[in-house]
Amino acid sequence: MRNIAVLIIGAGHAGLAMSRWLSLRSIDHVVIERGEIANSWRRERWDSLRLLTPNWQRRLPGFAYEGDDPHGFAAMPEVIGFMERYARRIAAPVETHSRVTSVRRIESGYHVATTRGDWHCRAVVLAAGACNIASVPRLPERLPAGIQTLTPMDYRNPGKLDHGGVLVVGAAATGIQLANEIHRSGRPVTLAVGEHIRAPRTYRGRDIQWWMDAAGVLDQRFDEIDDLERARRVPSFQLVGSPECATIDLNALRDIGVQLTGRMVGLSGGKIWCSGSLRNQCAMSDLKLGRLLDTFDRWASENGRDREFDPPHRLAPTIVDEKPPLSIDLAKRNVRTIIWATGYRPDLSWLQIPVLDRKGRIRHNGGIVDAPGMYLMGMPFLRRRKSALIDGAADDARELSDHLASYLAGRQVLSLPNFAPKPNGRDQVGTTALADAMSG
Amino acid sequence: MSMSAIAVNNGVNVDALMGAREALAKAPEAAQFRWQATCDWMNGTHSRATVSNFFGLGQDQQRKTEFRFDADHPEVFASEDLGATPVEYVLVGLGACLTAGIAAVAQHRKIQLRSVSATIEGAMDIQGILGIDSDVRNGFEGIKVSFKVDADATADEIKALVAQSQKRSAVFDIVTNPTNVTVEVA
Repeated sequence: MRNIAVLIIGAGHAGLAMSRWLSLRSIDHVVIERGEIANSWRRERWDSLRLLTPNWQRRLPGFAYEGDDPHGFAAMPEVIGFMERYARRIAAPVETHSRVTSVRRIESGYHVATTRGDWHCRAVVLAAGACNIASVPRLPERLPAGIQTLTPMDYRNPGKLDHGGVLVVGAAATGIQLANEIHRSGRPVTLAVGEHIRAPRTYRGRDIQWWMDAAGVLDQRFDEIDDLERARRVPSFQLVGSPECATIDLNALRDIGVQLTGRMVGLSGGKIWCSGSLRNQCAMSDLKLGRLLDTFDRWASENGRDREFDPPHRLAPTIVDEKPPLSIDLAKRNVRTIIWATGYRPDLSWLQIPVLDRKGRIRHNGGIVDAPGMYLMGMPFLRRRKSALIDGAADDARELSDHLASYLAGRQVLSLPNFAPKPNGRDQVGTTALADAMSG
Repeated sequence: MSMSAIAVNNGVNVDALMGAREALAKAPEAAQFRWQATCDWMNGTHSRATVSNFFGLGQDQQRKTEFRFDADHPEVFASEDLGATPVEYVLVGLGACLTAGIAAVAQHRKIQLRSVSATIEGAMDIQGILGIDSDVRNGFEGIKVSFKVDADATADEIKALVAQSQKRSAVFDIVTNPTNVTVEVA
């Protein structure tokens, strides 16, 4: 049994950012990694994937993108290299190929068992990521024989799929990217569309992430918004990172011939059943986007910066077929492959501490878990809208490491959201406007 | 005082609804409801339905009033037209559900409504129910709802009200998504 003050689980951007802050605070710690640094980026992503955020936005504590293409989007090898360089730069004490098998509460801290030995620590930081397991809907009956099902974690490229039709279920960032590249490979795609958020890659000549960043949307805090529960469940923007800065929305997919249907709601007799709600899903998404662009426009004019950008404009409404199909006969449409782009969840099977709610999510207040000395990183809207982004790790690690340091020092720490000063120096727009832009 | 200080009143007790939402999130078993109706054949295609009690919040809930609904078919079906047709009750249910939702969402968003009216149309090829063509379904080919809303809000805010109402509507869900139906003979 080895002793350490703090044990961080996961050597991705979140775990490394926390390591950096603990080092700055001279807190003894180790980062336990099941595989290699940036493991999920190495093994659980499809070939064409690039980050959804531009290179300039790749900022970690004391480290940032240094190349000559700030507006580009990094492919996976570049992301992995970046994380490796960061780990070296900050001399992160990473123990690789060490899989956590259990975390238990003991007197004075936690007992963490790994495939390479046991640890005793006073505090533990869960930074293994929000996307360890692909969520797959439970089917009421078996799919017809001969249909291959894949999750985005298994999928690599269209060439590995059977020739024939493909059903992609889910239309957030993953679903629209896969639908696009698979359909273009000559395999006709049907895309089942539920709640989604449309987003143009660029607006008024700037990347949408630039607007989100500049207008303060990404910095919006968890203790400032009306419905945090909902904000944490919002699907990812329909974005792709590509050298062409392409926008892939439902209209673009429809233009190349992708068949759009409502959300998948059932399976019987070899048919997939789809909701009749596609029109409203698209209407809601268009309205949401309109409110988001209103926020950007308001920010630009209130800050006297209108002339820096192209004039405001609005996107053409999403076109919905007069009668989108309510069922897909898998045999008749020759569907050979179904891809579940229906979201991800963390793997917490090793966490033997009663901190999960009835839906299996960790109970926490801005990353301060409902167990003394336990912290969470890298989850959607953990402390800020950007918390799940690489760019979100720095602020969260700074604040949570501050709380953690106080905890170790035995000082009274309250599980209150406002323990750290809010960052200033950036023009914030009204929070109500932001909540409106993003939800409802 | 600013305009927003004027109390918005659409006759919906949003505080009670939000309180119930909070309470039921902590006690999901109390959120298990069973709605019920009875239906008696009168004569021909005429039937009479009643709605009174339901189960919810962990117990049987008694209403003060029993509601009665006559259903029949129009004269072009060689019926006596003693009530709305059953499919029209579906349209009534959808319209009522979306309208109630608009009022509640508007109240929550502090939007004063002046009038809300809806026309709900269901298109049907009756070759289905008459068994003429087995490729034609019995039910609606599609439903169109058209709302006219007069409110202290922008056009987009009104559209968002109507959209959110669909998102949270039970009847919208019932008509857009499949439901397992078990019919027994006692």
